[in-house]
Amino acid sequence: MTRTAPTGGQALPPAGAAPVPALPPAPGSGRLAATGRRARALGGILLSLALTLLGLLLVTFIIGRVMPIDPVLKVVGERATPEQYEAARQAMGLDQPLAVQFLTYIGDVLRGDFGRSISTGHPVAEDLRRVFPATLELAAMGTLIGVLAGVPLGVVAAARRGGWVDQIARVAALVGYSMPIFWLGLMGLLVFYGILGWVGGPGRQDILYDGMVPEVTRLLLIDSALAGDWGAFRDAFGHIILPASLLGYFSLAYISRMTRSFMLEQLSAEYITTARVKGLSEGRVVWGHAFRNIAVPLVTVIALSFGSLLEGSVLTEIIFSWPGIGSYITKTLLAGDMNAVLGGTIVVGVCFIGLNVLSDLLYRFLDPRAA
Amino acid sequence: MTRFSPRAILLASAIAVAPLSAAWAETPADVLVVAHTIDDIISLDPAQSFEFSGNDVTQNLYSRLVDFDPLNLEAGFQPSLAEKWEVSEDGKTITLTLREGVTFQSGNPVRAEDAAWSLQRAVKLDKSPAFILTQFGLTPENVDQMVKADGNTVSITMDQPYAQSFVLNCLSASVASVIDKETVLQHVEGDDLGNAWLTTNSAGSGPYALAAWRPNEVVQLTAFENYFGGAPKMKRVIVKNVQESSAQRLQLEAGDIDVARNLTPSDIEGVTGKEGIVIKDEPRGRILYMGMSQRDPLLSQAPVQQAMRHLIDFEGMANSFLKGQWRIHQNFIPEGYLGASDENPWTYDIEAAKKILTDAGITGGTITTKVRDLREYLDVAQTLQASMAQAGLTLNIEQMTGAQVLDAYRAREVPIFLGEWGPDYADPQTNAGTFAWNPDNEGKGSTLAWRNSYAVPAAMQEAVKAATLEGDSDKRKQMYLDIQAEYRANAPILPLFQRVEQAAMRDTVKDWSAGGAVTSVMYHQVSKGE
Repeated sequence: MTRTAPTGGQALPPAGAAPVPALPPAPGSGRLAATGRRARALGGILLSLALTLLGLLLVTFIIGRVMPIDPVLKVVGERATPEQYEAARQAMGLDQPLAVQFLTYIGDVLRGDFGRSISTGHPVAEDLRRVFPATLELAAMGTLIGVLAGVPLGVVAAARRGGWVDQIARVAALVGYSMPIFWLGLMGLLVFYGILGWVGGPGRQDILYDGMVPEVTRLLLIDSALAGDWGAFRDAFGHIILPASLLGYFSLAYISRMTRSFMLEQLSAEYITTARVKGLSEGRVVWGHAFRNIAVPLVTVIALSFGSLLEGSVLTEIIFSWPGIGSYITKTLLAGDMNAVLGGTIVVGVCFIGLNVLSDLLYRFLDPRAA
Repeated sequence: MTRFSPRAILLASAIAVAPLSAAWAETPADVLVVAHTIDDIISLDPAQSFEFSGNDVTQNLYSRLVDFDPLNLEAGFQPSLAEKWEVSEDGKTITLTLREGVTFQSGNPVRAEDAAWSLQRAVKLDKSPAFILTQFGLTPENVDQMVKADGNTVSITMDQPYAQSFVLNCLSASVASVIDKETVLQHVEGDDLGNAWLTTNSAGSGPYALAAWRPNEVVQLTAFENYFGGAPKMKRVIVKNVQESSAQRLQLEAGDIDVARNLTPSDIEGVTGKEGIVIKDEPRGRILYMGMSQRDPLLSQAPVQQAMRHLIDFEGMANSFLKGQWRIHQNFIPEGYLGASDENPWTYDIEAAKKILTDAGITGGTITTKVRDLREYLDVAQTLQASMAQAGLTLNIEQMTGAQVLDAYRAREVPIFLGEWGPDYADPQTNAGTFAWNPDNEGKGSTLAWRNSYAVPAAMQEAVKAATLEGDSDKRKQMYLDIQAEYRANAPILPLFQRVEQAAMRDTVKDWSAGGAVTSVMYHQVSKGE
């Protein structure tokens, strides 16, 4: 019986993220030794996590400083006199050597201080607590839609190769890859919001519900469900469904094509022929045997797709006035607002690394050999 | 495997989606919902706020000693927290008497002490808009002696006998907002005079209090029922950040918002005549101008500057890509200001330009300039490029971001600058002091004249200075008209257009005012009816 080897983990950016080392079986030693090894393994993961983040921050910091954008101007305005300009530059610490600036920043972050954003006037940590849940909720919904529709579509397309489902999947993927998201988003708004009135307009919720639900997770769907406010829930759902479907469509295009190619490889394997010869139903052959064997690479594909949505889809956020992390990082980067950019980078970096670790853990669960 | 027919799937999705219909026909009767691009706000502290959207908010959170009447902007500044004022015999001290019985939103009374402290605070913090006050000779060191509270009066002493209208116009600016001293003093961090706290909170006596500001998302205001000018009719004002013009338009048509402030000319055309929607045109203070750097060997020649006046297709641009949103205005003081001129003598005339160049023996030349990557600016630049080509001049355009162009402009390295200038306060000096003021052309500076290396003639600078000291408003007005006539004739900086804001709104909205050319948006007079 052939199996597809796990391809994920190392493919996930940022490179160098921490894989979970497989633990060798304990040679009859006591529980203490096993705990020690686990602690060492955990320490190793944390260390590589920290190094990865540090590298990421260093690169981002250098890019931010070599960019031909002057953050001082954002603070003092274009009418400032040379004296005001110089005073602000010194107050921001920009007269210090780059290395000193970077170390000062890292020192502040270690103390839990991400600084204040010069483009929003708010503490960066507060901004991130606001914009990241918005993106997380949207990306999760998008991925959910992409998976729920893309995986079955890919499986059926492979099982009935050349059939009408396969043709539809191919066209859908082609359109998904080639259609500009900006245009598709505006058309979606025009049709489903403007003409049909089926969904809510731009933004995360309507003004009637703004601030009505207690903030727990800052994910509106979950918070409104927790509060039992189903009106607010329906409103939040009505606002998220269109942008999430749009993002879901793009991840569907990717997920269905990958699922299809994984499945085709499995379906041509000998164990499938054996299963068919044994008289198993087609459903059992496809879902019970072939599909189970693509679970591992599929996890990688889904994690990758989710990760890319978590970076934020800037254009989708702009069209739908979605206050997410993508437009936050883009806007602050263009203002040379490095506290905000670096804070956002840490969040996105931690997410990627977390997803990486999570998909590694899932391999162990899905693939008995890796356990 | 269960199989679904396409029709069943379609039906199921229609049922799943249809109940989500969230749009209502209109917003609540006592709530005003505005869509606007508000991603430029960096602070709501009046001593720091200097961006258009930030001032739109502080304008409504705070009251000032003098303010504008939104329903009669032409009347100029009016008594507000100050009910009267008088000027000392030497003209250097103005004493304002405060209205009795006014309270801040906190319930604290508005005292002369608050007014004096607010002005002292703005000068000491020395943020971007502080120069509006320091130009009267106030410094962080002397301001405690120059601005004083005595009983219910506050007196401001200046280094020169400035025109009363000049001083009071500056006191109507956001930086001169009166702040609740007692409240702010509870939130001071180090020597920041409450700046960090006021950046995201409010402590004013204006018609609205700040309920929430979520950057790049929304500003929410709630009515202050005890506002001394009467309780606002709109109990809540919600300003949503909607960047896309088409998204603003869709929400306006759906009735989810009352006012859309950033529609493009094509979207304005699209909603014009639609039932339930009206457009309000309001001239604003911003001037779109073209600066010709005097460091450039070609542009520093007077005949080239004269020829350029005929190479701008004013009518063509105003009737096409600038339609409705910019109108021809060839003077640096915008309409709506004291001393504004409506003379627009330059006409698009390639032959006249060619003749000027030929007579001067100039047969051609090349200029390479930097233009901000905004559609409007690029369109203007390309129109200019085409007409210059017809006169034998080559214009090369390098596109870059606004920040990059600004950097180069500050370093005096943009040969032809295309950009906007928005007035900082409601007095003509705000523009005269930058277009026609350059006391040290060889040294460091920051005025527009300096950035274009334009050595403003000494006589013109003296006239600008004298106009700030002229007490008679009619004479002062004539002085500005004379300065602008001279500027039109000879200066290498050409004002081209004045901004017109086209706000599209539901026809239920009454008395909308974006603040005209002189100030920022005001909400307390707005009502909604049938």
